Amino acid sequence: MSGFFALVGRDIRIALRQFSDTMMVIVFFVIAAALFPFGVGPEPNLLARMAPGILWVTALLAAMLSFDRLFQNDYDDGTLELLVIAPQPLWMTALAKIIAHWLTTGLPLLVASPVIGIMLNLEPRGFGVLIAAMALGTAIISLVGALGAALSLGSRRSGVLLSLLVLPLVIPVLIFGAGAVDAAIGGFPATQQLLVLGGLLLGCIVVCPWGCAVALRLAAD
Amino acid sequence: MLHRFANPTRFLRLANAVLPWATGLTILLIGAGLYFAFGASPADYQQGETVRIMYIHVPSAWMAMFAYAFIAVASAVGLIWKHPVAHVCALAAAPIGACFTLICLTTGSLWGKPMWGTWWVWDARLTSVLVLFFLYLGFIALANAFDDAARGEKASAILALIGAVNLPIIKFSVDWWNTLHQPASISRIDMPAVHTSMLIPLLLMAVGFTMLFTVLVIIRARAELADRRINALRSARIHAETAHSGA
Repeated sequence: MSGFFALVGRDIRIALRQFSDTMMVIVFFVIAAALFPFGVGPEPNLLARMAPGILWVTALLAAMLSFDRLFQNDYDDGTLELLVIAPQPLWMTALAKIIAHWLTTGLPLLVASPVIGIMLNLEPRGFGVLIAAMALGTAIISLVGALGAALSLGSRRSGVLLSLLVLPLVIPVLIFGAGAVDAAIGGFPATQQLLVLGGLLLGCIVVCPWGCAVALRLAAD
Repeated sequence: MLHRFANPTRFLRLANAVLPWATGLTILLIGAGLYFAFGASPADYQQGETVRIMYIHVPSAWMAMFAYAFIAVASAVGLIWKHPVAHVCALAAAPIGACFTLICLTTGSLWGKPMWGTWWVWDARLTSVLVLFFLYLGFIALANAFDDAARGEKASAILALIGAVNLPIIKFSVDWWNTLHQPASISRIDMPAVHTSMLIPLLLMAVGFTMLFTVLVIIRARAELADRRINALRSARIHAETAHSGA
């Protein structure tokens, strides 16, 4: 387990030293969301209606920008090969890197989303559910994105490929995430959607680190 | 049984024996199916002549899912038993499955305009089939994204297995959600809810499409094996030449 926490700590340290990379994701999130009032018009009711969807789509696209650096640097400088032959099970290594990725990308997105919610005139009663759904959703996005990053590691033009692999797989997150916020705004309980998101998260925790491990072993060969 | 066909030569011998029969059956079944679909079956009393689109739409939808299931099973066999021909078959089936999915979406859209009054709705069945189409594209892109072909086929095999969760979602989407798309009318435990005169062309087309799929997979797998063979021979010759000039 000490290796697990050491790896989480190392990845967080690296991310903090390259702080501009993390900031770039958040800045993209804010700018992309800020484009919508220009595109659809600044009418407050329309924006309030669209806010959950805009938040989820832009957060998803912003997260896509962060996956290429998840394994790429370790792959380039040979660290990945050492991690693969280390005694620690490879799925634990993958899970440690995914947790570090969520703490340095998912969490900042989570913090930024209520601010953008205010800018988009989101109904006040939607905020609590938005944060709960985002917390579950960004974790799923980190897990699935890591799988895509591991599969496309070392390929030609991996950035575009990554979007093609990951975006179709996270459509359920978008459906239930935006659905939860919509339900809360409409005055309905969002328990059902949050439970589905929680179930998806548990399923991904089982499948994705294992898939990552297989893909990383392939890449390190 | 499975391991016998890990040998490409043996696989090719079987494939070459099956191919003429499958080709003949494809022409016969799709020919008969088209005759029944366009001539010998009645127009629907509600849908009119547009019901004939169904004879293409429904079998291609079945094939879209069947091809993905085929890819997922072949990928699993390839990953678990390191079966080289299984990966070749999975790669051969992918563009064919993507074509069937596209045909299904297009014909569905053409039928939807006069019947539902819209080309496209974002209901669960249509959306999950669209996701299936994206999964096919991702599979093909990932398989071709590496300079090392072996790496691409293994990575795409993992993706195929994970994407297979979409298949039950497509199948049961019409039961789980209240959708515009009608629920299953053929695969029911009691009698199918389709009259025999319409069931005949539908089943003929379905079996015909399956045969067409078999023919195309065999042709593509054969081409892929031949391509690998040529590459192996070429690199063997280069090795021999460099060894010769070195001595």
